[in-house]
Amino acid sequence: MMSTDKISLQCPMPKFDFDVITMGHGSGGLLTHRLLQSGVFDLLSNSLLNQQHDGASFHLNGNVAFSTDSYVISPVFFPGGNIGDLAVNGTVNDLAMCGAKAEYLSLGFILEEGLRMEEFWKVLVSIKHAAAKADVRIVTGDTKVVEKGKGDKIFINTSGIGYIHPNAAIHHGNIRAGDRIIVSGNIATHGMAIMSVRKGLEFETDIETDSTNLNHTVIALIEKFGNDIKFLRDPTRGGVASVLNEIAELTRLGYHLDQNALPVDERVDAACEMLGLDPLYVANEGLFMAVVSKEAAEQFVSTLRKDANGANACIIGEVSEQYPGKVTMKSRIGGTRIVSYLTGEQLPRIC
Amino acid sequence: MKYLSEYRDPEMVEVFIREIHRITTKPWTLMEICGGQTHSLVKNGILDMLPKEINMVHGPGCPVCVTSISVIDEAIHLAKQPGTVLCSFGDMLRVPGSAKSLLEVKAEGADVRILYSPLEAVQLAKDNPDKQVVFFAVGFETTAPANALSVIQADHLRLNNYSILASHVLVPPAMEAILGDEENRIDAFLAAGHVCTIMGMEEYYPIVEKYQCPIVVTGFEPVDLLQGILMAVQQLEAGIYKLENQYSRSVQREGNKMAIETITEVFDVGDRAWRGLGNIPQSGYEVNERYRKYNARLKFNLDLPAAEENKDCISGDIMKGLKKPRQCPNFGTRCVPEHPLGAPMVSSEGACAAYFHYSNSSIQEPVSTL
Repeated sequence: MMSTDKISLQCPMPKFDFDVITMGHGSGGLLTHRLLQSGVFDLLSNSLLNQQHDGASFHLNGNVAFSTDSYVISPVFFPGGNIGDLAVNGTVNDLAMCGAKAEYLSLGFILEEGLRMEEFWKVLVSIKHAAAKADVRIVTGDTKVVEKGKGDKIFINTSGIGYIHPNAAIHHGNIRAGDRIIVSGNIATHGMAIMSVRKGLEFETDIETDSTNLNHTVIALIEKFGNDIKFLRDPTRGGVASVLNEIAELTRLGYHLDQNALPVDERVDAACEMLGLDPLYVANEGLFMAVVSKEAAEQFVSTLRKDANGANACIIGEVSEQYPGKVTMKSRIGGTRIVSYLTGEQLPRIC
Repeated sequence: MKYLSEYRDPEMVEVFIREIHRITTKPWTLMEICGGQTHSLVKNGILDMLPKEINMVHGPGCPVCVTSISVIDEAIHLAKQPGTVLCSFGDMLRVPGSAKSLLEVKAEGADVRILYSPLEAVQLAKDNPDKQVVFFAVGFETTAPANALSVIQADHLRLNNYSILASHVLVPPAMEAILGDEENRIDAFLAAGHVCTIMGMEEYYPIVEKYQCPIVVTGFEPVDLLQGILMAVQQLEAGIYKLENQYSRSVQREGNKMAIETITEVFDVGDRAWRGLGNIPQSGYEVNERYRKYNARLKFNLDLPAAEENKDCISGDIMKGLKKPRQCPNFGTRCVPEHPLGAPMVSSEGACAAYFHYSNSSIQEPVSTL
């Protein structure tokens, strides 16, 4: 991921009337118009957005997936990314998990009065680049401003529509005992990158978020493996453990992990150890989990490993009829434990 | 990870497991003091690997669990005062007071912040002279030096807006309370490695002698715990009792002198009420006379009515090793992490939380009664 500073150099900020966002920028009047004109429309320009209508009008033909997500991350800027690329990649990836290639996105901002224009611009530029990389068009949007103290710099909502690949047969109902559980790379990286800069918890590290769009990677896999892919999910908040608990409950099958197989970057592992956090519950971006038939699993992993987004992909466990509805894990030393849902937020421990 | 993976080595684990099985001839009840040890035992599945004769019971060494409900109420009361910032270790936030938890009052608008170090709270006080910053200073001897240091630091900076709500508890008096209980069935202790890193081992010799009970100072990783268990069982099988140190890479007999000096500079030893265990004489630290202006209880004239513990929570029996979490009729039904009856279900070191999150009756034999 290119740093936001480098990107900003390529897209210099236009001259705005104000150095900071004011209530007037959300009034719908002249200030809003100017902000959108030079800040949004010019930067994210495409034929549908350029209609500058209340909504985008277009024709859909085929099976589509539709998803929405809101982004309230704190801090807004973090090692390796910011809320802007996260908001694009997040919804693009949600669609990819449905087996769909994102085509159109909406983009809604809730800005806090006093947000520096320069920061807003950096976010916008990241959105532009993330959208270009994911090959998705931002076709409609909205901007609101709330009083200082009523928000946290910038909140973003994106919704997206994409066409579902004809080979996709992703449904938890297709999961069977013997299927393999796969992750596309190291777990917990994004969450620990955020944690390292969160106020009050700062620690020195070079961990960067791995947030990226997964649509090209996933669509290529669906193209090749079709209905051998039973289930896809990006384990964002709640981490890998929460996703597995959800499908364990839905399918009434047992999901068994091998702790030795879990890919965790050594620096991330050390940071989790220090803070008393379990990587299984830490949020991820740019990572997905798949449940794949036993027969196709090895080949799925070797194909995925050739992709830039899957270099550390591996099989982390399997589905069985034992302990239905439960997620269990064989510990490093050979014992077995259950892996439960995360309750509330993962909180740092005392000692 | 260096200094960790060596102590998680499956081959070493197997060597110790085999040796424990080989030498165990009689039933023994061992208590690990620290909640970190409890979690490591359950999380790594070690309890299932031990011979059935060895009954591990889980001690009171979870600072969050033993903090009395009255102290939580005090923290909540302070958090609700306008212009006050209450800083706490994250673990304390979910623990229920008599009406609410800190997490709930935070959601209602109180300024409650999670910090890793009390020194950050001092910085916060320095940066916000118009706010009163209170640090919720809980924990065993392990967290006491840093909490004491924060007071010393605030004093150097001549801050008038920093104080601590101290609720420190001490391990040796609690061990004596457990051993002195007429229902006690503990044959040996695994003492808490990190507490001993600070305080050293001297305090434990008299306990070994008085109660003729083996104590092994033990670490937290699987290999540490198994070696600690082996050392304790070796003593029990040989009919001897002495103080041993498994965690010698961290613990020295005299402890950390500088840390102890810091503690004694700021704190006096006094009586302390423990959640579930009641009042234990000389079992806690309170801010001493010299630093009284940093004592939040005095500064804010805290005099709240004593709160009653939830009668449906059997945390006292659990922390004394008389019962195990699954023997509680409310475990996993009326008492779950999102709606706990008591602290052991929500603390990251609580025994009930360990059983709830990592161990399950569907994959393990039900635990036998003591």
